[in-house]
Amino acid sequence: MPKLTIDGMPIEVEPGTSVLQACEMLGVEVPRFCYHDRLSVAANCRMCLVEMEKAPKPVASCAMPCSEGMVIKTNSPLARNARRGVMEFLLINHPLDCPICDQGGECDLQDQAMAYGFDRGRYGETKRAVKDKELGPLIKTVMTRCIHCTRCIRFAEEIAGVPELGATGRGEHMEVGTYIEQAITSELSGNLVDVCPVGALTSKPYAFSARPWELRKAESIDVLDAVGSNIRIDLRGGEVLRVLPRLNDDVNEEWISDKTRYACDGLKRQRLDRPFIRRDGKLKPASWNEAFAAIAARLKGVPGERIAALAGDLCDAEAMVALKDLMAGLGSPNLDCRQDGAAFDTSCRAGYLFNSTIAGIEKADVILLVGTDPRHEAPLVNARIRKRYRRGGLQVGVIGPGVDLTYPTTYLGAGPPTLQEIAEGRHDFAAKLKAAKHPLLILGAGALARPDGLAVQAAARLVAESCGLIRDGWNGYNVLQLAAARVGGLDLGFLPGTDGRGTRGILDGAGKGEIEVVFLLGADEIDASRLGQAFVIYQGHHGDRGAHRADVVLPGAAYTEKNGTYVNTEGRPQQGRRANFPPGEAREDWTILRALSEVLGCKLPYDSLAQIRQRLVDANPVFAHTDAVIAAAWGSFGQPGSLDGPPFKSPIENFYMTDPISRASVTMAQCAEAFVSPATGKTGTHG
Amino acid sequence: MLRDEDRIFTNLFGFESFSLEAARARGDWDQTPELIAKGREWIISEVKDSGLRGRGGAGFSAGLKWSFMPKKTDGGPVYLVVNADEGEPGTCKDRDILRHEPHKLLEGCLYAGVAIGATACYIYVRGEFYDEAANVQRAIDEAYEAGLLGKNACGTGYDYDIYLHRGAGAYICGEETALIESLEGKKGQPRNKPPFPAQAGLYSRPTTVNNVETIAQVPEILRRGATWFANLGRPKNTGTKLFCISGHVNHPCNVEEVMGIPLRELIDRHCGGVRGGWDNLLAVIPGGSSTPLLPRTVCDTVLMDFDSLREAGSGLGTAAVIVMDKSTDIVEAIARLSRFYAHESCGQCTPCREGTGWLMRVMNRLVKGNARLEEIDMLQEVTKQIEGHTICALGDAAAWPVQGLIRHFRPELERRILAYRSARRVAA
Repeated sequence: MPKLTIDGMPIEVEPGTSVLQACEMLGVEVPRFCYHDRLSVAANCRMCLVEMEKAPKPVASCAMPCSEGMVIKTNSPLARNARRGVMEFLLINHPLDCPICDQGGECDLQDQAMAYGFDRGRYGETKRAVKDKELGPLIKTVMTRCIHCTRCIRFAEEIAGVPELGATGRGEHMEVGTYIEQAITSELSGNLVDVCPVGALTSKPYAFSARPWELRKAESIDVLDAVGSNIRIDLRGGEVLRVLPRLNDDVNEEWISDKTRYACDGLKRQRLDRPFIRRDGKLKPASWNEAFAAIAARLKGVPGERIAALAGDLCDAEAMVALKDLMAGLGSPNLDCRQDGAAFDTSCRAGYLFNSTIAGIEKADVILLVGTDPRHEAPLVNARIRKRYRRGGLQVGVIGPGVDLTYPTTYLGAGPPTLQEIAEGRHDFAAKLKAAKHPLLILGAGALARPDGLAVQAAARLVAESCGLIRDGWNGYNVLQLAAARVGGLDLGFLPGTDGRGTRGILDGAGKGEIEVVFLLGADEIDASRLGQAFVIYQGHHGDRGAHRADVVLPGAAYTEKNGTYVNTEGRPQQGRRANFPPGEAREDWTILRALSEVLGCKLPYDSLAQIRQRLVDANPVFAHTDAVIAAAWGSFGQPGSLDGPPFKSPIENFYMTDPISRASVTMAQCAEAFVSPATGKTGTHG
Repeated sequence: MLRDEDRIFTNLFGFESFSLEAARARGDWDQTPELIAKGREWIISEVKDSGLRGRGGAGFSAGLKWSFMPKKTDGGPVYLVVNADEGEPGTCKDRDILRHEPHKLLEGCLYAGVAIGATACYIYVRGEFYDEAANVQRAIDEAYEAGLLGKNACGTGYDYDIYLHRGAGAYICGEETALIESLEGKKGQPRNKPPFPAQAGLYSRPTTVNNVETIAQVPEILRRGATWFANLGRPKNTGTKLFCISGHVNHPCNVEEVMGIPLRELIDRHCGGVRGGWDNLLAVIPGGSSTPLLPRTVCDTVLMDFDSLREAGSGLGTAAVIVMDKSTDIVEAIARLSRFYAHESCGQCTPCREGTGWLMRVMNRLVKGNARLEEIDMLQEVTKQIEGHTICALGDAAAWPVQGLIRHFRPELERRILAYRSARRVAA
């Protein structure tokens, strides 16, 4: 443990700590541009130069490891001069176009120039200009502003795993770019905007929208995948202008996926802003009272077993528990929160959770991916695996779609038979799992949504048990859920009751006329054509598939507009906070259900957020532990069966359009066109 | 004055063949197994005692550098890398060794390999040196055929491979860590130190990078003994050195001379004197383009070795002596160097990337005098802002020539500025 002195203050640090990190521990500010906590050290900006006794020249504190007896001065004349010199060099070729730069107000260069720069320039020569690069629909470039810190290059290579950025040219002519012009093919590319310390890379959809000081910030939780990324929502007035990541080392570190970041423009389009009732085959605007009355009239005399409810992918736990209680009041056992039709065993909580936790991936040494494409199903889980891979000594086996996951994998097989071979110990990979210290299995939600889902689940459990994935303090059995609402719904038991129907049963029953009324709580991913003649009530925030089929539409709130609890795939309950109000007459979802329950004569017993949150805790104690993961006890689940079904495939065909919000987003549509199905055969005159 | 029997590079001028047969006749590869049998420690101590300082420019003790290599390794590879990316303007000493004395280099590689416990050696040859690379490759092939390299090299039981790698013509790849990056197939950009190559160099393995001349001198040092070498030259600046004299002399040449020879003697004896006589001398750049120039007054007495030239405010560098007589436009000469450094800056770190361009532009204006008097001080300050703040020494190398110009030729700069101004005033 080296001891050193920084600005006269002694400190003892772990071996390998850099001088800059030690300075941070002491609260000594050292300016920097190229250094980033989560990226490799480049030490090329030279802004963090400090004086080190006995060294002939100032040293880059980010790259200098602490050693015994060092004496560091961060504010000596030598260090100050070095910093001022570097600052001046950075500015001589910078365009200083702050008034028209989107980074203005949150620009490292701007801030540090204030603190460490000259108050005037003495560079009288012509400034350099650099041609802008086209990096796709998400990232706007003004390369003349680039200070060549190479953070973006390092991010693309190290975190995103797409070595598509690099520097070409030498000296003043060095340019950061893709060399052959192309969009960055990463689901994490939006983070390049965050890592760029200047205005070279900015958000294209957000361009010229607002200044940071005009924005109101709200901390919340993302719902567009099951990771539960911590986000900050930036608003001006009531308008969501952008979504940024918030630091949470256990979940998303400081990254978010492009969908999380850029789908927010979908919140402004195709919104349901008032109730509708279908009259003469057309949805006509109605008042809340009329809508409730229409529902009450239709439900009158319908027995509970002819009523059903489905909860969608973006629902908050509050709304789901309210709907569950409402269905109980109506006497219906037909409810399911798995609109993909999955019918896996939910008796054991460990059977549907990402038990190792996302941070736990960093411990793993052998990973088996079963029927999942984490790169598109949960880009941040994939980024964690890549992070683990970069540390060395990780083996990844894949059963299922052979896709590029940004790290090397061993392809083991396409379908369930390979899983069975491993479960029965007949496959080489079983030995690898057994030999591993921290073996990990990640089972895709798509693999559980198949008709043989129960058998797949049982086989995965058998792998977990036979290959030593379950041991003291380690549970390597993971299910990678896709929907933010899923684990919350499962934890609440938003599931078929005794003799109740699940998703498939409800759809079949509706088609046959055995189900008369279907309540869709934001459920848009079902095949609405199978609902037959059923009376459909749709409560949600977007005019998507569910609303198109509905007979009564109840306008709800999107995730930025309500205080909602979401349980991520690890089983971590997190609370999103209301940042703005739902449009028009739309309301927070649980309050709609509460109001409806009164009209239907089975009044729900909660009138405030605190009361319904207490109801959540009563329904399942895990809801009391916000932000924490309560390890789930291992148990028996699944049902062994035939495993000769077709090959696994990821349920996500288009990463950029998976839910009503992203389907309404213009930016996501542009991404889908750029990355998923590039229009081929364009002619030179194509629009 | 170096006696002929003390000469190491006896075929420097290429009067004889570079082949193995001819090299053996000159004494190369003689007693090799016996010298290797004396062991690693003996080689290091012998080279240390000889006082051999790195001939690439920095002048660091070669033996000491070798002793930094880990004595015990984890069994993984350890590398010797020979820097034959000779690109310093004015320098052409390594070129002639590669051309005419490749076997001296290869033999030296073997001893150096033993000294640092290397498993393989890479010779990184400058891209423009096409013929030279071909000669070295032929020498390597000959040595393999004769059993001098490869498995059981020279019958000593030591397995040692030498690979030749050609660069692609970037000056910065002569910097040892940029060279390593380039050798790894990456963009040639210097690395941060620490870690030094001895800890983590090529492919993150312990590596020593030595200059061609340094390595090529080792066999003779081992054969004739450290004392012989140490007795040549001056204390701490021992041995012989190849000097490359170019510019305004009657006979530009490459010559091996003893360290510490007076500059004037070097020029007068080997180059037929300065064009137009010693009095016609304006300035000398004593050690390749990166060293500050010396005005005539200093040239009269200065000795050509590391420490003397440092005292004179310059450096021995690669011992590339660039002589400029009074016909030289000294500002344009230094501006040309500034253009060179702006062109060759790798662009990685800020002070060099931005600063070299700034220097170049101001220097270009100063050639005509199109500047303000205050800009001379500003220029000096800019060079100080580059110097010592960069990852590698290219920043320093760009700053020094300009500093030397300002130090010794400030009146000339002022004269040009004033002349330019008054000419414009008259015209106006």
